[in-house]
Amino acid sequence: MQRLHRLRTLPALLFLALAPVTTAASDLGEKVAQQGNDNGAAACVTCHGADGGGNGAAGWPRLAGMNADYLAKQLDDMASGKRDNATMNPIAKGLSAEERRAVSEYYAEMEAPTEAPGTDAAQSVVERGRAIAEQGLWRKGVPSCVACHGPGGDGVGADFPALSGQHANYIENQFTAWQDGTRHNDPNELMASVAERLTEEEIKAVAAWFASQPARPPAE
Amino acid sequence: MNKTHQETIRPGRHTAQLLAATLLVAGTAFAQDDETLTKQVELEQPPEASGEGYFDYPGMDEIPEGQFGEAVRSGMEAFINTLQHPEAKRHVGNGQNCANCHLGGGMAANSAPLWGAWGIYPKYRGKNDHVNTMDERIRGCFTYSMNAGDSEAGGPPKPDSQLLKDMQSFMFWSARGAPLGKNLPGRGYRSVEEPEDGYSISRGESIYQDQCAVCHAEDGSGKFTADGKQIFPPLWGEKAFNWGAGMHRINTAAGFIKYNMPLGKANPVEMHAALSDQEAWDVAAYMNSHERPQDPRWEGDKATTAEKWHDHTCLYNQEARGHTLGEGTE
Ligand code: HEC
Ligand code: HEC
Ligand code: HEC
Ligand code: HEC
Repeated sequence: MQRLHRLRTLPALLFLALAPVTTAASDLGEKVAQQGNDNGAAACVTCHGADGGGNGAAGWPRLAGMNADYLAKQLDDMASGKRDNATMNPIAKGLSAEERRAVSEYYAEMEAPTEAPGTDAAQSVVERGRAIAEQGLWRKGVPSCVACHGPGGDGVGADFPALSGQHANYIENQFTAWQDGTRHNDPNELMASVAERLTEEEIKAVAAWFASQPARPPAE
Repeated sequence: MNKTHQETIRPGRHTAQLLAATLLVAGTAFAQDDETLTKQVELEQPPEASGEGYFDYPGMDEIPEGQFGEAVRSGMEAFINTLQHPEAKRHVGNGQNCANCHLGGGMAANSAPLWGAWGIYPKYRGKNDHVNTMDERIRGCFTYSMNAGDSEAGGPPKPDSQLLKDMQSFMFWSARGAPLGKNLPGRGYRSVEEPEDGYSISRGESIYQDQCAVCHAEDGSGKFTADGKQIFPPLWGEKAFNWGAGMHRINTAAGFIKYNMPLGKANPVEMHAALSDQEAWDVAAYMNSHERPQDPRWEGDKATTAEKWHDHTCLYNQEARGHTLGEGTE
């Protein structure tokens, strides 16, 4: 993975002479991810994986291939406590603003794992999840997930993160976080208003669907 | 339609004389299209839902097999993904899908659901003095909301076309078991009365930038993928509904917006609003104080077009933010 990443940044390296700042930033991003820093931020790879794919069972999200501005906003919000998570808050607080930006760009540029995280939910549950993702639950006024998260749930810009290729466990945890109010950093409470209308069974189904999908680059 | 026709007919950009001359040349096909160029009638308010809630429309798994089922599926696709449907897209002259203003794929109560519309037509309306059929209604939506005059086909689908059969099959299917001729609860949009002190376009602008631009873009142009698939619909500009569409009326837009937008926050089915009446009017006025494609009933100049077709709450041929609206887009 390390090699792969280097290959992808090759064109950037060619600009070394012209743009030394960019390269310094991506070096910094890589260093933080691999080693953390001596201000209390643990190395990201220990949890988010060498390939940036995260870990399903542990609830560590995939970061590779996510939008850079989205990741940076999350790190800022976890540093300020606007997004409340016992594991991540001290880590985000331990990063400087420059480090948060650099590590976000590092992960955004990294190619996401090509394989879907996968799910052990029954096929009927996954299909139900697909219907929720693509059509919504309009009998109670819930729009489809793809209406905001873009075609395939692959993400739209900095505001609507990718859901495809994300772990089911992590998706479920986010719904719980919105429902109990520990996550409340979404623009205009758009996601909070959706999250409060889904039942546990619906959340499990839709999370299983997105975990059965490989990460894809946004269609934009 | 032949090529010359496509290139020359641009309703609203030409004078009435030219339109009339082309009508003669194009013959019957275009003459039929022309019957949608009459006043669009505002819907009347439906009753409130009782304890039983709204009409129980069928689910996707209830679409039957066979030719009728295929027609329903095709009609549904044409309604939801109009810009992608092989036949429907030929009649779309902007960047809209039908379902953009009829949420839930045309099924959401208080978002002008199709199951509420089906049993109401044909209907005589004194206002435009003839019997309005469903067929004409759909073609009218193509002419105005989808700006069909600027489409590849140059106008709305023909009355006997497979596309109209498919779309009506979808509507008929969605209304299975609904009473005929009854104004069902949840039909149309809720009407929201004009606030006592009127509305403010500048207040509307800040509401728009705070709560709408995240999806519809700061300049109202929406968001599209590189290959032209719509992500968020445009609200004004050349890819939006035109100056003849119902949504250009501030009262109609306020009624839609109040219970349907911002998407996900408002909930039409539970009649939950995220904005106050005042905010809905302000932001509706801001949206409708921008240029959009010309009214296809163009009478040669703005003043005459306004006098003949815009005797309602709208900003056509009115001063707003420094210029007189109704120029259309190029
Ligand atoms: C001890 C394990 C652990 C370490 C080390 C760790 N993380 Fe995390 N990270 C998590 C967990 C758990 C979550 C999910 C939090 C939640 O459920 O809200 C998370 C979430 C995130 C998110 C939010 C992703 C999203 O999609 O919203 C970002 C961004 C992130 N981590 C970045 C980092 C960075 C950068 C580092 C290294 C400086 C790092 N993490 C180190 C466990 C860890
Ligand atoms: C009305 C728009 C909207 C709809 C509909 C919507 N979301 Fe979201 N969602 C958002 C926004 C905005 C965010 C980003 C929040 C932030 O910036 O912190 C988000 C974030 C998320 C996240 C967190 C991702 C991460 O990496 O941490 C998950 C999980 C999620 N949404 C799942 C869903 C699912 C599942 C559905 C369908 C049931 C759905 N969303 C429907 C707007 C929406
Ligand atoms: C830009 C928004 C918009 C789009 C796009 C749109 N409509 Fe409509 N539609 C409306 C409005 C507004 C009304 C309500 C009529 C009024 O008050 O003018 C309406 C009314 C209708 C009705 C009648 C509803 C009733 O209860 O009587 C039907 C049927 C309909 N539309 C079908 C369609 C079809 C088919 C398409 C696509 C070809 C479409 N609409 C696209 C805004 C839209
Ligand atoms: C979370 C994204 C989101 C936000 C925020 C949002 N909208 Fe929308 N809006 C949509 C989507 C998506 C549709 C189309 C719905 C469909 O096709 O099912 C839509 C449709 C519309 C339409 C239908 C007309 C057309 O031309 O397509 C209007 C009008 C509208 N929105 C106005 C607003 C206003 C005003 C606000 C702010 C108060 C707002 N929206 C906020 C996503 C959003």
